Amino acid sequence: MLDSALNVLTSGRNFSRLMDGLGITLWISFVSVGLSIVLGIPAGLLMASKSKIWNFILRIYLEFIRIMPILVLLFLFYYSLSQAFEVNLSPFFVSVLVFTLWGVAEMSDLVRSAVTSIPVHQRESGRALGLTEIQINFHIIIPQAVRRLLPGVINLATRMIKTTPFVFFINMPDLMKVGQQIVEVSGIRDPMASVWVYGFIFLIYFIICYPVSLFSRYLEGRWQSA
Amino acid sequence: MEQSKIEIKLLKDEKSEDDGIDSESRKKGSDPKSGDQPDGQGEEKFILRIKNLVKSYGERLVLNGISLDLRPADVLVLVGPSGCGKSTLLRCLNGLEPINSGDIELDGELITTGDIKWTEIRQKIGMVFQSYELFPHLTVIENILLGPRKVQGRKKEDVLPEANSWLERVGLLDRADAYPRQLSGGQKQRVAIVRALTMQPKIMLFDEVTASLDPEMVREVLDVILELATQGLTMLIVTHEMAFARAVADQVIFLDKGVIVEASPPEKFFNNPDSDRARKFLNVFEFNEIHKVQSL
Repeated sequence: MLDSALNVLTSGRNFSRLMDGLGITLWISFVSVGLSIVLGIPAGLLMASKSKIWNFILRIYLEFIRIMPILVLLFLFYYSLSQAFEVNLSPFFVSVLVFTLWGVAEMSDLVRSAVTSIPVHQRESGRALGLTEIQINFHIIIPQAVRRLLPGVINLATRMIKTTPFVFFINMPDLMKVGQQIVEVSGIRDPMASVWVYGFIFLIYFIICYPVSLFSRYLEGRWQSA
Repeated sequence: MEQSKIEIKLLKDEKSEDDGIDSESRKKGSDPKSGDQPDGQGEEKFILRIKNLVKSYGERLVLNGISLDLRPADVLVLVGPSGCGKSTLLRCLNGLEPINSGDIELDGELITTGDIKWTEIRQKIGMVFQSYELFPHLTVIENILLGPRKVQGRKKEDVLPEANSWLERVGLLDRADAYPRQLSGGQKQRVAIVRALTMQPKIMLFDEVTASLDPEMVREVLDVILELATQGLTMLIVTHEMAFARAVADQVIFLDKGVIVEASPPEKFFNNPDSDRARKFLNVFEFNEIHKVQSL
């Protein structure tokens, strides 16, 4: 059994190919989650602000992204653009673009609800001290919002990471794609190949996502006792 | 309880002895309308002058021509039924609420027209609210240092001794590194007072600071304010604690339906108010003996 597993996972360049795939998965996740957080914060602050125009624009964007399946967005940007307008975007770029569009939408909504959940008198007592609105946001609202935000952001990050296998469909050689290729080849000789390869991928996703949620629990605990 | 009441009275007496002449002139200026007569008052210094302040929320007129003057070390207590505009008046003074018309002069400077720099004006006005408004993610000392450091650009080393000495005076020096949620309501309000004081304001506004406290914690907060009064801090206080108002006030201002109905020294206001409305209002705080109906 173990022999068969090791054989499938290590024969030829299988293992290093899987690691390359993992690298791509991680890179897409890392860049998309990072950009989503960085861009989602100002978007969320705009949604929490009184600006009606920004509110309207961002609301539409959020609702649009939410009802659109990720796979459809990937196809739209990868296949439709190149076929209809001869705009050729690399699969990596499209992957990051689509995941970031999704992440920013979700993130901005998280930020909006975290910011608006902070009592009005926090802002007022900041004003009464003579702080500028920027200082109030920076020193009072954002630090408190971040603490309320954390569980939602961790949840979003893990959701994004575990949705990355969709890039498979636009020929991105991520972990899933590589795994499938290996199964196609090794599966001819060893019917258990698919179990080992996909089992291995399952384990890797667990190894990526579990520490993220552990880290969030650690931070929450630290802020509680602080 | 009795003894501490006497103590308060003593403190008040010392205070009026300290500035005997001042309190004389204060009595003369006790009519809030006197601010409208500039003659003969040119020498006098005012911390705060409010002239004909009008404020409405949409159609509803909340403040209808309020005029008030505060000289240095004046303690004015605003009382009145809820919804009479007391809190709104305080909030108008530091720009938390925009006003419709009227003039506000702070420390000789008109702050109601022209290019109003609220961040500068608010440094001169310390305000403590009813709701506990400490910043929950900062420790007590961080709460206190935030304003002086970020707004006034003072160095931590410079502010710290001052902050600590205030904390010591309100009996909370040992709680400097605690977080607000580890404090009782009374302790939080005392920290909020220190936080405002460390900005070295010209005037302090207290907006029903004991209204959401448990009864046993009201005292510790009011004692702090009383002590500040004896040290000559200029204050405008909104409160429902009538015994406290009586002890701390130089002037009691009775506000009803957006206008000043009566402005008198505390003895007069509480013993023999001029207006019916004030008498009615004060009656609310007294209870007559009840007669139980036998058959139920």
